[in-house]
Amino acid sequence: MKIPISVQINGRQYDREVEPRLLLVHFIRDTLRLTGTKVGCDTSQCGSCTVLLDGVSAKSCTCLAVQADGASITTIEGLAGTDGLHQIQESFWNKHGLQCGFCTPGMIMASQELLRCNSDPSDEEIRHGLEGNLCRCTGYQNIVRAVRDAAGSMEGGSQ
Amino acid sequence: MSASTFGSGIRRREDPRLITGSATYTDDINLHGTLHAAMLRSPYAHARIAGIDTSQASQAPGVVAVYTAADTEGELAPAPCAWLLPNSELKIADFHCLAKETVRYVGDIVAVVVAESQYQACDALDLIEVDYEPLDTVVEPKQAAATNAPQLHAGIEGNQAFHWTVTGGGDIGEAFEKADVVVSETIVQQRLIPNAMEPRAALASYKPATGELTLWSTTQNPHIVRFLCSLVTNVPEDRLRVIAPEVGGGFGSKIAVYPADFITVFCSKRLGVPVKWVESRTENYQATTHGRDHIQEIELAATADGKITGIRATVWAGMGAYLSTAAPGIPTILHGLMLSGVYDIPAIHEDVYGIYTNTTPVEAYRGAGRPEATFMLERLVDLLAAKIGADPAEIRRRNFIPKFDDGHDVVTGLTYDSGDYAGALGKLLDEAGYAQLRADQAAARENGRYIGLGLSTYVEICGLGPSQVAGAIGFQGGLWESAILRFHPSGKVHVMIGASPHGQGEETTFAQIVAGELGVSPDDVKVIHGDTDNTPMGWGTYGSRTTAVGGAALALAARKIREKAKIIAAHLLEAAVEDMDYEDGKFFVKGSPDSSKTIQDIALMANVAWNMPEGVEAGLEATSFYDPPNFVFPYGAHLAVVEIDPETGHVELKRYVAVDDCGPQINPVIVEGQVHGGIVQGIGQALWEEAVYDEGGQLLTGSMLDYAIPRADRLPDIEVHSTVTPSPHHPLGVKGIGEAGTIASTAAVYNAVIDALQPLGVEGVRMPLTPERVWRSIQDVQERN
Amino acid sequence: MYAPEFQYYRAASVAEAAELLSKNPDAKILAGGHSLIPVLKLRLAAPSALIDIGRIEVLRGIECSSGTIRIGALTTHAELAASAELRARAQALAEAAGMIGDPAVRNRGTIGGNVAHADPASDLPQVLSCLGAEFLITGPQGERRLGASEFFEGLMSTALGEDEILTAIELPEAGAGEGSAYAKFAHPASRYAVIGAAAKVAANNGTCTAASVVLGGLCPAPVRAEAVERALVGRSLTDEAIGSASRATAESLDDDEVLGDVYASAGYRKAVAPVWVRRAVTAAASRSG
Repeated sequence: MKIPISVQINGRQYDREVEPRLLLVHFIRDTLRLTGTKVGCDTSQCGSCTVLLDGVSAKSCTCLAVQADGASITTIEGLAGTDGLHQIQESFWNKHGLQCGFCTPGMIMASQELLRCNSDPSDEEIRHGLEGNLCRCTGYQNIVRAVRDAAGSMEGGSQ
Repeated sequence: MSASTFGSGIRRREDPRLITGSATYTDDINLHGTLHAAMLRSPYAHARIAGIDTSQASQAPGVVAVYTAADTEGELAPAPCAWLLPNSELKIADFHCLAKETVRYVGDIVAVVVAESQYQACDALDLIEVDYEPLDTVVEPKQAAATNAPQLHAGIEGNQAFHWTVTGGGDIGEAFEKADVVVSETIVQQRLIPNAMEPRAALASYKPATGELTLWSTTQNPHIVRFLCSLVTNVPEDRLRVIAPEVGGGFGSKIAVYPADFITVFCSKRLGVPVKWVESRTENYQATTHGRDHIQEIELAATADGKITGIRATVWAGMGAYLSTAAPGIPTILHGLMLSGVYDIPAIHEDVYGIYTNTTPVEAYRGAGRPEATFMLERLVDLLAAKIGADPAEIRRRNFIPKFDDGHDVVTGLTYDSGDYAGALGKLLDEAGYAQLRADQAAARENGRYIGLGLSTYVEICGLGPSQVAGAIGFQGGLWESAILRFHPSGKVHVMIGASPHGQGEETTFAQIVAGELGVSPDDVKVIHGDTDNTPMGWGTYGSRTTAVGGAALALAARKIREKAKIIAAHLLEAAVEDMDYEDGKFFVKGSPDSSKTIQDIALMANVAWNMPEGVEAGLEATSFYDPPNFVFPYGAHLAVVEIDPETGHVELKRYVAVDDCGPQINPVIVEGQVHGGIVQGIGQALWEEAVYDEGGQLLTGSMLDYAIPRADRLPDIEVHSTVTPSPHHPLGVKGIGEAGTIASTAAVYNAVIDALQPLGVEGVRMPLTPERVWRSIQDVQERN
Repeated sequence: MYAPEFQYYRAASVAEAAELLSKNPDAKILAGGHSLIPVLKLRLAAPSALIDIGRIEVLRGIECSSGTIRIGALTTHAELAASAELRARAQALAEAAGMIGDPAVRNRGTIGGNVAHADPASDLPQVLSCLGAEFLITGPQGERRLGASEFFEGLMSTALGEDEILTAIELPEAGAGEGSAYAKFAHPASRYAVIGAAAKVAANNGTCTAASVVLGGLCPAPVRAEAVERALVGRSLTDEAIGSASRATAESLDDDEVLGDVYASAGYRKAVAPVWVRRAVTAAASRSG
């Protein structure tokens, strides 16, 4: 039995029928072919699948697509809008906050959540705010630098 | 070289696609009509398969095919081991892609389901009935080597895959007989799970009409995949195209070519449609290779004043149930030959027993053999310091190989290229404020606080390596690299390279090498890699070899271009070639720099070929093969500062300071990033990570809920410094940096913890240093007293 | 990992959810999904249907009136952690909620789902037990209300009937001179509690007049550290007195009940539990009268 759902992703409306068991991340990746969002684990630990669900961060591997019916979702592809890079993306680039890039979409979305909740975080608060996202390449240090840089650049400015 | 490019920390060329989610990893590729494969893996660590019933699964919704070993007879050879370690009584057990008769670890593949969706394939797995007859299991290598241990493979007595020895220098027995001081320890180098963030995946697309097959693979070495896959699946190498698209980290776990890869190819061939397989993290933990798993019995002989006179070790290396692609070389060549480390040691002897156990196969994992060697040495040196009452820094200085810049032989048979080990340690102690830290430590002890300082000084072997040596040590491939450098008419450049970076940033560093050699902007250089149809042969990215070997091939290709460009420039300027000079992308007659031809001018002329010198071919393109004359040997010195809460055993890492020397740094920002990541992986081994099996061979740390990967909130900022000692034999002088941090940091953190516990009388704790283990070590001492 | 098939129903009201539950005997209630979905993905459970109560607005939110805090079952951990009311009137609950999982998990996970799952390594059961919470339950027989000691029965098990729905949790506001706190030894991988100690202390001029101390993480269900409570009441809340009282923790821990695993054995957990009790009581005392 498929269920009709209607979801807005990155500003675009999608109406689809889905199996109840379909995970949101599979809906995003496999049904809609928005493959920027990643799957890195099966226990909600790694954070590679982090998206913004109605404005707040969520692990899309731990949410059914049917639960997101009616929601507005932002994935890494939609973070910056139509032109250029979002400041967090720019800061990750400038501060070498990524290596293999696989955790990066989730890490950037988690950083967006972090800065939404705290626009001027300390390094400790940044490290704490990223506790749900694993990176095996960077040792996190340049990710912390990137988030700090983004916070500085976004201060008082537009996001 | 242009100072603005070579040596500059420019932003990475690869990042725009990665930060926007537009990069394409294997699982991101969607080919029309793709079917999905799921592997049925054994839940038993050792069992006989009495029967398999796939009838129900075959009828399940969406299922297209179910295959077992019987279906692949004659079409899939066993997964090969490609490091045939000589003089080691090597015994390779057949690693069947689909288990025949017996399964030997939890994760051994028993059947494959191909279905229209991943959900349906997964549903059908539950419907396959396998009749297992459980057999006795053994998971620990020393126990597996004991008499009466369960035997994994018929005809392989004592589960011994190999016995390898290294003996060098003077008589080791005599060294110990005459020693004033002997220290010894047994170390468990626990088994680790590499945890590349991207799980492994394969997408195979066979075209029946042409017999061509394309395999997208999460690999560190696509050309090796092509070679081995052609041997195993009978797809001729000329019809087989292997593409490593974006690859999300490897750390050694994406070197091997796995049964699941071959099975995916088989399914596509059999069905004539694309077939995709993507492992779950649970599967990754069960079946993607692990690292380390050594039991090391080690001892050191020294004079009364702390001069090392000999090292002797016996190592039991758990290999898992089968020998993975490169496995035999890791605990031997990459471990035993490094047992002199940064020290002048006159006699060394090591026995390494490679042992089959009912566990996931063990392969290279970041550092691969060298962290295990460094750890042994750095423990022994600290034990020696404690025994004779010397400061650990001082004992290291007494034993360092003196500074050298053009070769130094150690008794294991290697010739190091260049090094100043005392220089690196000196810089470390200065940067860290070592004397003050020791004073602070003493004061803290007075107040009942347990602070510890841990040193680790290391040298590693990388830039693998001379192909002649590869042949001599049984590696079934070459270890050179090649590059094609091609100028287009507009002066833009394509580099096609056989190396296969997957996060290390070589699209940027390679562009910087070209920029440095030819004066073009790095933005004008596109680096193409990872596709066997579009790149020259290469042996892959591992062993910190990509910049060291691939980068050298590229530099040599650029120099060939420069020579040809100079001839064309001379022709255009109507001068003799001998009279030509070159600087920063411009060719001119000596003394007349104002009248010059740029490399772009020459690229245009060479491509249109309207006015070429007599006998000079059109085009501006060069191919170079670089087979290194020797390995390169980066080194450094690290310091960790920890504090222990004796009440609970919690270890807090308070500071970490590193000095590394990888020669000239092409991009220091990328180098620093490699150091950070490497150090944190080594910290993970010291403090948190361990793959634990129960006696029945079940992986108790089977998911990220149990296996503790370092997280951001548990780490301090790492203080990174460097010294620069060029390699004398390398065209760019560069060494390698990918593994250095991991090689050094485990020992630094461990030594710091033991140093902190010293007033409590604790001498050793098994890794990882979990709160309970540390707490128990304190309790045990208190109970003994 | 892919969940097995199930039917999906979205309930618009508690009554509808209850009706769906009675019609689908093997069904499970779905709230935030952070306890249930991982179980489904690992195929450790195969319910016939999921009844999604996530859109029933009356189940959401925190209300304080006449000394009682009422928390709707769908209130997320992030909402608990950020609530100014809780941070003033039930500090341990806000504190513990902020330590669950990670920010994204806290944005979706709910208090009702958490306690209905009754994972022994969870954080909220011991905190709610400590704070004297009551659990409001709707079922075919109407509404009923259970105290924490009745609600939490054991390992992954509660008094919630298969046909019942947890709708809200109520707890008393911290009174004058009362403070509460939560101290956690988090597992380095899962972030779940290896040991979680919740403490509520009432004090008058520095002397303890009442104490509630409950441990989680190391037993199948929350355990009240009665000996510690007894040792605190009537004492001046000095570091020394708290330390001494905390050492009585072991008296409340039955050796047969203490859980161990590959990371931390039962013996170790029992031995170091007093440290977390002491930390929780110390923090609670600092917030008390």
